[in-house]
Amino acid sequence: MKSRIRERDSSTLNESVQNTIMRDLKAVGKKFMHVLYPRKSNTLLRDWDLWGPLILCVTLALMLQRSSLDGEEDGGPQFAEVFVIVWFGAVIITLNSKLLGGNISFFQSLCVLGYCILPLTVAMVICRLVLLTEPGPVNFMIRLFVVTLMFAWSVVASTAFLADSQPPNRKALAVYPVFLFYFVISWMILTFIP
Amino acid sequence: MAAAAELAFHEFEEATNLLAETPDAVTTRSDQLSPQGGHVTVALGSSVGYRAEDELEEEGDKTALLQEEKPPPGFWTFGYYQSFFDVDTSQVLDRIRGSLMPRPGHNFVRHHLRNRPDLYGSFWICATLAFVLAVTGNLSLVLAQRRDPSIHYSPQFHKVTVAGIAIYCYAWLVPLALWGFLRWRQGVRERVGPYTFLETVSIYGYSLFVFIPTVVLWLIPVPWLQWFFGALALALSASGLVFTLWPVVREDTRLVAVALLSTVVLLHALLATGCKFYFFQPLPAEHLTLPAPATSLSPNILSPATVKV
Repeated sequence: MKSRIRERDSSTLNESVQNTIMRDLKAVGKKFMHVLYPRKSNTLLRDWDLWGPLILCVTLALMLQRSSLDGEEDGGPQFAEVFVIVWFGAVIITLNSKLLGGNISFFQSLCVLGYCILPLTVAMVICRLVLLTEPGPVNFMIRLFVVTLMFAWSVVASTAFLADSQPPNRKALAVYPVFLFYFVISWMILTFIP
Repeated sequence: MAAAAELAFHEFEEATNLLAETPDAVTTRSDQLSPQGGHVTVALGSSVGYRAEDELEEEGDKTALLQEEKPPPGFWTFGYYQSFFDVDTSQVLDRIRGSLMPRPGHNFVRHHLRNRPDLYGSFWICATLAFVLAVTGNLSLVLAQRRDPSIHYSPQFHKVTVAGIAIYCYAWLVPLALWGFLRWRQGVRERVGPYTFLETVSIYGYSLFVFIPTVVLWLIPVPWLQWFFGALALALSASGLVFTLWPVVREDTRLVAVALLSTVVLLHALLATGCKFYFFQPLPAEHLTLPAPATSLSPNILSPATVKV
């Protein structure tokens, strides 16, 4: 038994770097699929990882950067502001959930909240593409519709994973901060002007 | 250990007394009772109605006494902070409703908090108010730009930081000052004790709730309506505070009581007007025929956007 375990450990050490990276990428990709088609499954909770949320947060923060040459101070959010809002917000929501008596672990909750930013990142990509065309009210309506749809998708996806961990008389108290969190991110995406 | 042994012995005595009083219980349960000894009370509770209530009550009293002997969790443990979030959805909604409808004799702390303050309401109401202020302030800039295209629109994200800091400082530092002042004056009053720090924070947090719909309604571009909504919200919020603080303050000298209550109301009014002027873009005048006199006619003295233009 011991020798088999030692064999397994050394096998992951001795495997090629490509294998390791592909295995992690496949795990991240599988979780992306679970977010895009939210079902009652435990994959996100059981094997949590923070690679996905990191990739999504960095992508979102980079895309929210404007090429502001005049350096005006009342512009959009800086890279650090987006990063702080996403991670600090997720930590606060997790603490809130645990203080209310939820039985989800700290990193599992961070993992779920981070992965459910995926629809909003997709919305950001679509908004940037739409903004390449002529600005106008139609442009704005399309962006508003896309952002609203993805916001609803994020909230539903994260609620599907997080709501079960709370006692039933406190579910709304735990879900409301998630709603506020994704609302703020959607607002940042909607008010983005290149 | 001696205490536990004493209690066990006491239980058995009581059980034998009850057995003597209820002969039918003896006939059905005697064979179960004798080997169990300490579990007598549970068996009796299942058979006879009135006696069972007595027994359960006494059992409850004993367990309460045993629980009180445990020391409360220290402030470095997680359980200490969990006790401040021990609320249900219905309780939070009830407290919010209580803050929206203040009544003269109705003390918020006694009736709604029932001396069990929570930090959930204060924290999330302040967070919501800060974000709603920033978002609606930005929306008012959008509305102003549609009226007057010379105004330059920008997301103004730094206002989120400003709003957050302002609201959180108000909701935590002012209760701290108020609590400190009431504790200092505690020597003058003997009968009614002051509120704890958390109760004061809860009062202030829930009293800020009425500003959330008011801030959204400030988007309506009619000036007198905006001032009406602001005055209404300020009246509701400040009267809630005053009715809650009055029982604690009325024991004091009249001068101190009046000064304290008017300071509380004044600070609240300052917060409301400060938010209105800093976050909201005043709407330019509707009738703009020529572009040159427009910038002098429009009342945009306070807004930074037109200063840039």
